[in-house]
Amino acid sequence: MSKRLPFGGRLIDWTREIKFSFNGAEMEGRPGDTLASALLANDQVLVGRSFKYHRPRGIVASGPEEPNALMNLGEGPTFEPNARATTTELFDGLKARSQNHWPSLEFDVGAINASFPLAFPAGFYYKTFISPRPAWKHIYEPFIRKAAGLGEAPEAEERDADRYEYFYAHADVMVVGGGIAGLTAALAAAKSGSRVLLMEQSAHWGGRAPVDGVEIDGKPADKWIAEAVDDLSKMPNVRMRLRMMGAGIYDHGFALGYERLSDHESADGMLRHRLWRIRAKRIITATGAIERPLSFAGNDVPGVMLASAVRDYAVNYGVGVGKRVVIATNNDDAYRTALVLKDAKVEVPCIIDARPNPTGALVEKARAAGIPVLAGKAVSTAYGGKRLTSVGLCSQDGDGRKTAEYDCDALAMSGGWSPVVHLWSHCGGKLTWDADTAMFRPNHDAAPLGADGNGFVIAAGTADGEMRTAATLANAHAAGLRAAEEAGATALSDDAGPEGTDIDEGPMLPVWQMPAAMSKKAMLKTWLDYQNDVKVSDVRLAAREGFESVEHTKRYTTLGMATDQGKLSNINGLAILADSLGADIPAVGTTTFRPPYHPISMGAIAGEARGDIFKPMRRSPMHDWIDANGGFWEPVADWRRPYCFQKPGETVKDAVTREILAVREKVGLLDASTLGKIIVKGPDAGKFLDMLYTNMMSTLKVGRCRYGLMCSENGFLSDDGVVARLDKDTFLCHTTSGGSDRIHAWMEEWLQTEWWDWQVYTVNVTEQYAQIGVVGPNARMVLEKMGTRMDLSAEGLPFMAFKDGEIGGIKARPYRISFSGELSYEVAVPANQGQAFWDKALETGAEFGITPYGTEALHVMRAEKGFIMIGDETDGTVIPQDLGLNWAISKKKEDFLGKRAQQRSFLTDPNRWKLVGLETVDPQVVIPDGAYAVDGAVRDNGVKNMIGRITSTYFSPTLNRSIAMGLVERGPDRMGEVITFTNPGGEEIAAKIVDPVFLDKEGERQNV
Amino acid sequence: MSNAVSVAGGESFGGVIQVADAGVTGMVTVRGDLASAAMKKAVKAATGLAVPAARQVTQKDDAAVAWMSPDELMIICAYDSADKMVAALEKSLGNAHALAVNVSDARAHFTLTGAAVREVLAKGSPADLAPAALPVGEMRRTRLGQIAVAFWLPEEGQAELICFRSVGKFVWDWLNVTAKDDVPGYF
Repeated sequence: MSKRLPFGGRLIDWTREIKFSFNGAEMEGRPGDTLASALLANDQVLVGRSFKYHRPRGIVASGPEEPNALMNLGEGPTFEPNARATTTELFDGLKARSQNHWPSLEFDVGAINASFPLAFPAGFYYKTFISPRPAWKHIYEPFIRKAAGLGEAPEAEERDADRYEYFYAHADVMVVGGGIAGLTAALAAAKSGSRVLLMEQSAHWGGRAPVDGVEIDGKPADKWIAEAVDDLSKMPNVRMRLRMMGAGIYDHGFALGYERLSDHESADGMLRHRLWRIRAKRIITATGAIERPLSFAGNDVPGVMLASAVRDYAVNYGVGVGKRVVIATNNDDAYRTALVLKDAKVEVPCIIDARPNPTGALVEKARAAGIPVLAGKAVSTAYGGKRLTSVGLCSQDGDGRKTAEYDCDALAMSGGWSPVVHLWSHCGGKLTWDADTAMFRPNHDAAPLGADGNGFVIAAGTADGEMRTAATLANAHAAGLRAAEEAGATALSDDAGPEGTDIDEGPMLPVWQMPAAMSKKAMLKTWLDYQNDVKVSDVRLAAREGFESVEHTKRYTTLGMATDQGKLSNINGLAILADSLGADIPAVGTTTFRPPYHPISMGAIAGEARGDIFKPMRRSPMHDWIDANGGFWEPVADWRRPYCFQKPGETVKDAVTREILAVREKVGLLDASTLGKIIVKGPDAGKFLDMLYTNMMSTLKVGRCRYGLMCSENGFLSDDGVVARLDKDTFLCHTTSGGSDRIHAWMEEWLQTEWWDWQVYTVNVTEQYAQIGVVGPNARMVLEKMGTRMDLSAEGLPFMAFKDGEIGGIKARPYRISFSGELSYEVAVPANQGQAFWDKALETGAEFGITPYGTEALHVMRAEKGFIMIGDETDGTVIPQDLGLNWAISKKKEDFLGKRAQQRSFLTDPNRWKLVGLETVDPQVVIPDGAYAVDGAVRDNGVKNMIGRITSTYFSPTLNRSIAMGLVERGPDRMGEVITFTNPGGEEIAAKIVDPVFLDKEGERQNV
Repeated sequence: MSNAVSVAGGESFGGVIQVADAGVTGMVTVRGDLASAAMKKAVKAATGLAVPAARQVTQKDDAAVAWMSPDELMIICAYDSADKMVAALEKSLGNAHALAVNVSDARAHFTLTGAAVREVLAKGSPADLAPAALPVGEMRRTRLGQIAVAFWLPEEGQAELICFRSVGKFVWDWLNVTAKDDVPGYF
């Protein structure tokens, strides 16, 4: 029977009770409880079922290392799986459900697996479900997924009710861990003048020290801790965060802190988690240590717990985990638990100590308290189903023959301690094996190296392998001073640092299985990893099957996987592996410690980026108008552009057709603001553009425009656009909508790295202008009626020219450029007045039939004219010559980017796929985009031989027929030939090769 | 230019700090040799202000000059006078190799006020925003969440923030979320 004691409970509020529920049952706890302590106070020892065998499992630990007590918390929009009961602070109304059971926790069908422990050996899944192959996907996996797995996934359509955010912080010294070592290190660094950020994952400062009864500077730990916290909180250069875990350490002093702001409260919609992204010059890991379980048969029966946890529940929460508690240990520390229990009037029938001759001061105290100490003994088996009932006693040296049996309902075990070296190791810190204390500790000669070539992580206190209070504090004080000095502090504190005392301890005895010569049958019931149901027998089998690397053994057996990542099982497992292989533990080594230290929420990783601010979206100055007027959005790079403007009741296809005909017959209005615009200025600007573009730009006259192509050094087409010469030294280069930032960066890269001595400056002015296309036979009439003093006639503003002036009272620069083949003015106006210009054009243009049109109409019309589109006709492997753009490649220029590359043999191959127009034999059939041209031959690999592909394909309302462009092998030499295109799911399509200019080859429509 | 509108139409909202669309603002990008006599003279003539040292902002009345990079300045002025500012600079720079261009419409401009200004900015900017690392009057080109921005604190408790116009609404929405409440109290 576990229950609340009239003893201890330093962290709970004895004056108040709060309600919570577990699997629907109402229970009572106290403020300050964890869910685990509250469950134990309600005699709820059984808290879950194991992963593979569905064995009953109870709470083992009191902290984040807990493998068993994983809960589904909350419901609906606040649901969260896999929450550890030991780190979940209780609040009024908390709802918890146990995981991994079906149909109920008390009665689980899957537990039948446990009756056949040989049926699930290491690698069982790999061995069993290998054949027949399709069965994995259709039978085995769906079944296993239903039967196994840890917590439930949240409902797909639920949305998290809580909020999350990032916070960027900088510090000289970051201290992870608010126990006595962390406090000491923080004090030393802070008193030396460093900016210190101190974080503690739990809700309390001080760590284990108050439970373990240590004294610091002659005071009880509690008192010293309160004073240290008070001192630190008064220092302006110190920031302290509770409920914040050091989650990960990365290169260059970068670290993640995971702060849980409202998990301990019931209110929804609060800021729940904050992910701290920290840059620190030095990071101190004062992360303490984790106790190891002992490996004996039945060590997973509910009621078998870590000795330190049993002590924590009594001292911190006033909970006795049993009426009669047997202690099993290989070290002195577990005696503290025996003494605490004795003080709390809990029966302790005996201490089973594997050491032949335990002699420490704590041992003597226990003996003096009348607790029988059974030296050289071991637990032969722990008995019980859903609850421990008794333990068998045997000799540690023997083969496990039971010599006595003790009734008990809890067992407190201690297999020694392992420093928490995870954060030390995240960024490459190495470990060294300490044989005396049987633990891995940080290797100071192989620290994680920072940008300065020196170690930037400093382990402190118990995390550095110091198990005694005096040494821990001295170590931590030195760590704090060292961190401050290395972070640049000039006046180090000359404070001596706190002095600690505790009771002397005798040496521990490494015990990796109990008893030493355990029978094979016992190994099948001796758990190493509770969370993944890995037993001693599994690791030994893996070793026999040749899994010698600890990393391979981990994957094969699942030892140390899942949410706890082997915090309890790691060292025990690799010790068994080493023993099986006949190797030393350090030779076997550890698996790799990777961030995060414990799982962090997906919400924290996403931060504030959800909903409207999930991903940046670029909006044109007319965005809101377009949105309110039927704009059917499509993404173009980070921009949104209207594909078309849908009228009520109109299909997208009909809208596109209507828009095209309006432009061809009357006048259309296009938002072209997304086009990139880059100013290039300087005495060498012409020379610079001659290098960037394939054609000649330096000869362009002021006031005129020229279309140009840009290639990469490899000769492939990268961007295109119209260049305007503003004055002798100044050009404005238009880029594609997606290309403005990339091309600006491309320009700056050449200017800053290769041509640094050329006198050229660039500025990206893309967003300075709203660029509005007024396009169609009536375009000039609309602009003239809007009011301008500029002469917009064919003579006053000829094709490929521009002017500066005002239209409709707004400063405007109309460019006579055309992507549609119609009379066209692209008018650049200040972006802030873009909407005003748009409104005026619509109002004035109404009588001329003005129609806003979107990108699809734009695309169809440019295809009718045979104009290429970057990203359609190009894909990074296409050169201008492939597209018949030889006219835009200067032969006069000595050099331009891509020139030499285009002379390579592969790029001059006459058999290259080249651009042609395609007219389907049936004019109503539109070829699917990306379709391949095939010649009927079949390649050696059984694939149809391809001789080309479609790059653009539309139904042209202007021509009332299907048109397409494609790249075809020797295409321009095959005019008039009919070739065949693939059509997945339908009949192949025949099309005739034609000139890609389908409409107005002479350009008469635009030259008016 | 009464029909010129900024991205959030001059709106404002109050959360843990006050966030306001500062409305249309004149901005001129100047590129050139910042150490040259011609540049110093031209900036002085156009604004009455000195060329700022690295990362600094010089300010007087309604004009400011901000250092943006080793060869780039941003002049902030009244929206209506940006073109005049460009003309004045070009005239004064004469034949010196330099570039001055009106970018007033290419930007969104927000004013953030309140004691927690640094805290809110630190939710999105990886720069060190402690007063010692970002003193009053210093320009910081950085990012806010996923967006490139620049900001400076003309005085403690106030930040001027600029970003590209096309993402102005996105930054506005971002501030609406992050400036709502809950700051860690780090600075």
